[in-house]
Amino acid sequence: MLRALSISAVAAAAAIGVAFAAGEGGHVEDYPFSFDSPVGAYDMSAVQRGYQVYAEVCASCHAVEHLAYRHLGEEGGPFAAYMVRNHETGEEEMVVRKPEHGGRFVDVTENPYVRAIAQAATISDIDPNTGQPVDRPGRISDKFLPPFPNEIAARAGNGGAYPPDLSVIVLARHGGADYVRALLLGYTMEMDGDLLVNTAFPGGRIAMPPPLTDGRVTYSDGTEATVEQQANDVATFLQWAADPHMEQRKRTGLVVLAFLAVLSGLLYLAYKQVWRGESH
Amino acid sequence: MSGPSTYEPKSGFTRWLDKRLPILRLSHDSFVAYPTPRNLNYWWTFGSMLSLCLVVQIVSGVVLAMHYIPHIDFAFDSVQRIKRDVPYGWLIQPMHAVGASMFFLAVYVHMFRGLYYGSYKAPREVLWILGCLIYALMVVTAFLGYSLPWGQMSFWAATVITNILGALPFVGESIQVWIRGGGAIDQATLNRFFSLHYLLPFVIAGVVALHIWALHEVGQNNPTGVEVKSKADTVPFTPHATIKDLFATSLFVILFAVFMFYMPDALGHADNYIRANPLQTPPEIVPEWYLLPFYAVLRAFDFNIGPIDSKLAGVIAMFASIGVLFVLPWLDTSKVRSMRYRPIAQQCFVIFVAVCIGLGFCGGQNPGRILAPATFSATLNWVEGGEVRQEPVSADSDAGYAEAASAAEQALRGQGAALVASSRTGETTGAARGVFGGTARSQSVSAGTMEELDAAIGEAKTAAAASAPYFIVERRVPFTFTVTRLSQLLTAYYFLFFLVILPVLGLIETPRRVPDTIAKPVTGQAAGAS
Repeated sequence: MLRALSISAVAAAAAIGVAFAAGEGGHVEDYPFSFDSPVGAYDMSAVQRGYQVYAEVCASCHAVEHLAYRHLGEEGGPFAAYMVRNHETGEEEMVVRKPEHGGRFVDVTENPYVRAIAQAATISDIDPNTGQPVDRPGRISDKFLPPFPNEIAARAGNGGAYPPDLSVIVLARHGGADYVRALLLGYTMEMDGDLLVNTAFPGGRIAMPPPLTDGRVTYSDGTEATVEQQANDVATFLQWAADPHMEQRKRTGLVVLAFLAVLSGLLYLAYKQVWRGESH
Repeated sequence: MSGPSTYEPKSGFTRWLDKRLPILRLSHDSFVAYPTPRNLNYWWTFGSMLSLCLVVQIVSGVVLAMHYIPHIDFAFDSVQRIKRDVPYGWLIQPMHAVGASMFFLAVYVHMFRGLYYGSYKAPREVLWILGCLIYALMVVTAFLGYSLPWGQMSFWAATVITNILGALPFVGESIQVWIRGGGAIDQATLNRFFSLHYLLPFVIAGVVALHIWALHEVGQNNPTGVEVKSKADTVPFTPHATIKDLFATSLFVILFAVFMFYMPDALGHADNYIRANPLQTPPEIVPEWYLLPFYAVLRAFDFNIGPIDSKLAGVIAMFASIGVLFVLPWLDTSKVRSMRYRPIAQQCFVIFVAVCIGLGFCGGQNPGRILAPATFSATLNWVEGGEVRQEPVSADSDAGYAEAASAAEQALRGQGAALVASSRTGETTGAARGVFGGTARSQSVSAGTMEELDAAIGEAKTAAAASAPYFIVERRVPFTFTVTRLSQLLTAYYFLFFLVILPVLGLIETPRRVPDTIAKPVTGQAAGAS
């Protein structure tokens, strides 16, 4: 009786889940991102390229307030550096990618790539000696420099629309990275008053002009910068920005689940042992 | 129930301690020697899971509180900082958030089990009431905790819930201001919510101790609902129940881990990753899944009941839906505990579970969503060609305008106008228009929703606009089976189950015969019973 009931309850719960998933909003295509599956990791080349798209395109309007420059070079970040011994010369070389095996993680304070990115920004600060406002080059401990000092300035600079912060945008929207990608590809190039028609945006009308065009950025790794490529890359970067510990979490989860499976098996055997010969 | 203590201190120190603080004796009697019915099934293992959940929530919560900042400007950022920069924060924060859902999942199974097997009946009324009290405290604690990340859903859930308290007559407004610490949800609200969210789990822990105390006084119920008759019907808690609980809890932890490591945000709402904004209401305001059924009950009342307005009726019903659990032991009149032997009650119970799940579905939907297909239709009447004539309307007073306008329309109609309409331009002035000549045309449109119908009307108007300046539109709105209607049906059954079905059924239902193997002590039939 109760068994049948519990099965039907699970089925009902699943049906409700499906009903929720099929909520309103625009058309969002399900794209097979590298991080979708339970064991899927970030495609770090895509995160690096996506960072470039963010920095050269999105960053002129959108902040990522929860990200600091150092996050780029921490373990699991797109610019994490490793020392790897070159088998031919025998010397240690620095590479910006986790090697297949071996390699010694370079602390982010020693990471020249991240330092260069941080120093390119000009941060307003207080001079520690004079107490006067002063501009200085960014440090890796600084948060990403926002394009506008506050929301009012952001609205004033964008015709009244507020470009939302992007650091958790994939978590803050139904559809996540798929939504971000679909939004960037969803322009029909039609206008409706001051707004643009976008098939992915809820309501179908968006204030943001299409940010991407073919060749908008020039990738240093030689990848052709089509609009779709840029959209995939920046969606991957924003997924990383919202969930930088995903890889670590999934790895830990695998170990935890394996442990729990073995534990459950042993506990089941112990349970059978204890109850052997007991009528119940 | 437990009988005399069987604890025997083994060492010199334990003998010394036993004379001064018999805490080891208490532990031994409660968790080792405690006699537990041998026929308990897996539905009885959820109590252990719940104690695990409480410990997980308190431990992870204490760690989170070390890093969380209860300030409206920094709370949202501090949660992000915990997930990004605090060592193992990426593990502890989802543990706490997913843990709340797992806690409620386990408590619902635990409660439905108590309901099905009649665990609330004498002598376990106090045990049941303490359980209901724990559940009510859990609901409050979860609500308070949900507001702490200070996202959009945190803020607006807090707004909605404190708003509905304002519906209470006479004292509502004072209570609302008292709970919020001011007129609106603000810094004072966040501070007190944080303080209470830290306090209440320890109150829960205290009531849990009472719950376990009461349990150990009256003994556990069992699937047959027939009291344990002798020592032969029981096994010692350790190792028998302990190992079974550990095994089941281990499976539960696997489910917990799957959510925590692979779907940490699946049970939450995306809007809570948007910083709270008092000036922008989110498109939908919904609570976490575990409170959706009560939200559906609250919103089911879209009508006034005599002097009680719909808002207050919803609030009363929502509180009553939890409150009715407290008096359940005196509502169910059946002498038979377990629904295993109550064929009709069993079916009503199954429907009740489905109703609760259905209410959860309704709570998550837009209340106006139409569930059954309906046809909205409209007829447009207009005159093609013809000539428009306008007559001014003026009345002596504001109240006399309607009369004057209809008189003017009547006059135009008298002159042979095919279509008349009037529009008001001031308190006592307006204009009546009539279309003369031309050919009368009519068109019907239909659609599945009101919005689609309006769109269809708009299209029809545009198509005919060139030749006709004025339209008369008759809309026909059919009865629509919306989410609100479904909520009303389900809410009705929810209360019917407790207030009518259980009291009446107990008096008229003929229970199934309890098998002899159960009516007599088990060990006599050890070979047959399994």
